[in-house]
Amino acid sequence: MSNINFLKEKSKFVRIETLKIHKLAPETRVASSLSPVEIFVALYYGKILNFNPNNPRDDNRDRFIISKGHGSISMYPLLADLGFFDTNELQNVCKDGTFLGGIPDPIIPGYETVNGSLGHGLGVGSGIALALKSKDKKENVVVLTGDGELNEGSNWEAIMFAAQHQLDNMTLIVDYNKVSMLDFSRNIINLNSLNEKFKAFNWKVFEVIDGHNVKDVYLTLKEAVNSRENKPKIIIVNTIKGKGVPFLETHALSHILSVKPDDIDTLIEEIKNAD
Amino acid sequence: MQIKAMRDTFLISLHSKMKDDKNIYFVTADFGAPILDKIREDYPTRFINVGIAEQNLINVSTGLALEGFKVYVYAIAPFITMRCYEQIRVNISVLSHVREMNINLIGVGAGVSYAMSGPTHHCLEDLTIMKTLPNMEVFSPSDYKLAEAYVERTLEVNKPKYIRFDAKPMHALRKEISSFNDGFTVLQEGKGLAIISTGYMTQKVMDFAKDFNLAVIDLYFLNRYDMSKLRETLNNITTIITIEEGFKNSGGLDAEINFNFKNKKIINLGFEKKYTFEIGSREFVHAENSLGKQHIIDEIEKVIKC
Repeated sequence: MSNINFLKEKSKFVRIETLKIHKLAPETRVASSLSPVEIFVALYYGKILNFNPNNPRDDNRDRFIISKGHGSISMYPLLADLGFFDTNELQNVCKDGTFLGGIPDPIIPGYETVNGSLGHGLGVGSGIALALKSKDKKENVVVLTGDGELNEGSNWEAIMFAAQHQLDNMTLIVDYNKVSMLDFSRNIINLNSLNEKFKAFNWKVFEVIDGHNVKDVYLTLKEAVNSRENKPKIIIVNTIKGKGVPFLETHALSHILSVKPDDIDTLIEEIKNAD
Repeated sequence: MQIKAMRDTFLISLHSKMKDDKNIYFVTADFGAPILDKIREDYPTRFINVGIAEQNLINVSTGLALEGFKVYVYAIAPFITMRCYEQIRVNISVLSHVREMNINLIGVGAGVSYAMSGPTHHCLEDLTIMKTLPNMEVFSPSDYKLAEAYVERTLEVNKPKYIRFDAKPMHALRKEISSFNDGFTVLQEGKGLAIISTGYMTQKVMDFAKDFNLAVIDLYFLNRYDMSKLRETLNNITTIITIEEGFKNSGGLDAEINFNFKNKKIINLGFEKKYTFEIGSREFVHAENSLGKQHIIDEIEKVIKC
């Protein structure tokens, strides 16, 4: 199997397993977790990130901060599959006493920071990037945010800081799914043109037009994460919130909607049979 | 008698440590001090000015601390606590529950140190909100000697700390420091009545305490003091007056003592729950809030006459 076909299969796998988790734990944010699936798959199965499941805080790991934590339930099957924790734990999401909550916390092997509140990851990532540079360490910092999350002013403090300190070991990935909690983002705070904004802030800008084409996602992430041109980097990945669940894909309130358990088996079949 | 600012003795000592300890980072939100110029000059790569951006100040400092640096974070007290409280809560208090970090938040301008600057610069809520955070050690020194002594502990204890410094130079209240880790000092022995105060209020009380038969206890670790030793110290005390430069009945020093010493008669003195716009000296602002020298003396005399 070619590398890209492998990534395609893993994207299907992660999407399906995410829906299975959602069936068991309907309180999980499924739409927000389905938009970054190809991003996660490219980073981990594409080995863009250096990681160590046997020692998640290995000093030589790349630091991946998932600032939109609630929208990363799709990381659970991926981390389990890669050996960060036992696959059986996926049956326990949101149950009493589990470490796999509705919003991931750093007690989960593979998670770096507290993510339940938005607008924190980029600033913390900037501090880590500065620390790594200060120690002459080669590891990368990668931060994932949503687009609604960019409404938080703390991000823009970090955006200016990262450019000032030329943190070219840091890459921001924006899961640009264009839906916030209560509406389409354009009706709340319109971020257009996001790429121009970041260019004006002296960042190196990459864009992926179709964030569900895992080949495009993989190739762009790989180029961006490894680029070192004295500028922090952003990859705007155009995604669809709720990708794989047709009624969510167009719904302004997809963030807070759950998929009916009875519909999930049918959806899984459709995803399996899709190209 | 010599007067010195707490931040100066602390920073001079820290500066001397930075020579050998390459793991010390200093991060400021565009707030300075003469000794900071020396740190900036001597250790330019370990001195970061994030600009006027307190949220990012906390977040960047967290990142540095997660990578093993001992981080000193510096700004005016109300801004380093209240502008970025959620960053402190999430990235320091919550995260340090799971991941070790040595991060030291230094707020300058305790209470109404900046009396003339009005309500934005008066810091009367910080003891309450910082003390309520799990994992946060709160240090509220009353003189420059305590401030200087604390540097050693900040380097040794890999935990989050909030350091509340007065902005003004003041006298030393103790010749030397013994039993620092007890978290309190008995500055004057006495029976029956004890004043328990913190920060500048201990300075204020010590100006006239010798005229009365009372004990004065300076509490500087507001949530990390040795409880059994303090209990023992209070054995021959029946009445306590707590005095703090913070809103009263809000969870600060008064709540700490009221909760833990229920068998004593306790009187709480602190700022009234209002903002003071009238400009004047520190004593003027205190008097506007029933915390002037005469008000405190009246309270003491009431107890003594009973």
